[in-house]
Amino acid sequence: MNDHPINELKEQGRRGLCVFAVVMCITLAMVGVFYLPPANWDIGIAMILGAACVNAFLLLTYLMHFISERKLIWTVFAFTLFFFAGLMFLTLYANHDMPMGTMHH
Amino acid sequence: MDIPYTVEARPDTGLYNAKLGIWLFLASEVMLFGGLFSSYILERVGADAGTWPHGWLNVPLGTLNTAILSLSAITTLMAWVACKTRNYGQFKLFHALTLACAIAFLGVKGYEYHDKFMHYEVQLKDGRIVDGHLIESKPDHIVIHGRYVQSHAELMQAAPAAQLSEIELKTGEIASMDNYGPWHNTYLAMYFTLTGLHALHILGGAIVIGYLWSFGSKMWYTDHQRFTNRIEVSGLFWHFVDLVWIFLFPVLYLT
Repeated sequence: MNDHPINELKEQGRRGLCVFAVVMCITLAMVGVFYLPPANWDIGIAMILGAACVNAFLLLTYLMHFISERKLIWTVFAFTLFFFAGLMFLTLYANHDMPMGTMHH
Repeated sequence: MDIPYTVEARPDTGLYNAKLGIWLFLASEVMLFGGLFSSYILERVGADAGTWPHGWLNVPLGTLNTAILSLSAITTLMAWVACKTRNYGQFKLFHALTLACAIAFLGVKGYEYHDKFMHYEVQLKDGRIVDGHLIESKPDHIVIHGRYVQSHAELMQAAPAAQLSEIELKTGEIASMDNYGPWHNTYLAMYFTLTGLHALHILGGAIVIGYLWSFGSKMWYTDHQRFTNRIEVSGLFWHFVDLVWIFLFPVLYLT
């Protein structure tokens, strides 16, 4: 990242503008799903969250230059991903792990 | 004594100190927001059908804030490109635009918060509920721009604007009234916690960017490479803040 030729840097600027345009299109599509939901709202939620993941991927890859980062950053990211996935899994697991005698039917 | 690798990259990792530092910091930030997101998911998934609010937030304003923050991500990138190409004027311009975007974002968020604090749920003594925005408050009466509902379940879906009207209530009719602050229910508690923490990150990032744009920019002439590194690191933080919003917007506003 420290020795980019000038043309490549300007290309990054152009690429950034393209990413902005795509992110805004995807965001508008998400809002469209909110106002015109599909018959099954669960599918609508999945579509919206999937679109958010695409936006996040674009931002991380092109604006944060993650794709061209050093191995050490990838390692840090892999550990973060592992613990983040664990956090989410434990949360969902806990949702189905209701302590006995705490629910009324 | 000079601290090594503040400017040039360490040979074995290929990174300078601040770059490694910011990525480690961002990793801890992922876990901070991850904990809050997982709490939200737990509450959202565990809520019975019809008990979770839908459409309570202003989607056009949320979309506007997404556009503002995405634009600021581009201006941050362009400011860094200007540093790399040693174009001081462009750097100043793009970083000023980033600051303007940050202020605009916080302004919109402030408006949304104000809107929630002016939104009241009024429990009447006859059992009915009036829900809407407080537009007048006097010792003997209040005026709400809203609607009557019979139960809390009806409140979970936001009402179309056409169903709203001005309702005058005598003080004697009111059993209790409570605005849509973080204490109102779990959803609003999560909303204010997540967006409040995010807004604090925006404020912190804006202060750093403002410093680098003003007093800190002296380093442009004295130690240009180190200054460029600072812009890169602050830019990474700013992109992360944008990344968090990219998930906050759909999770809180759209689902």
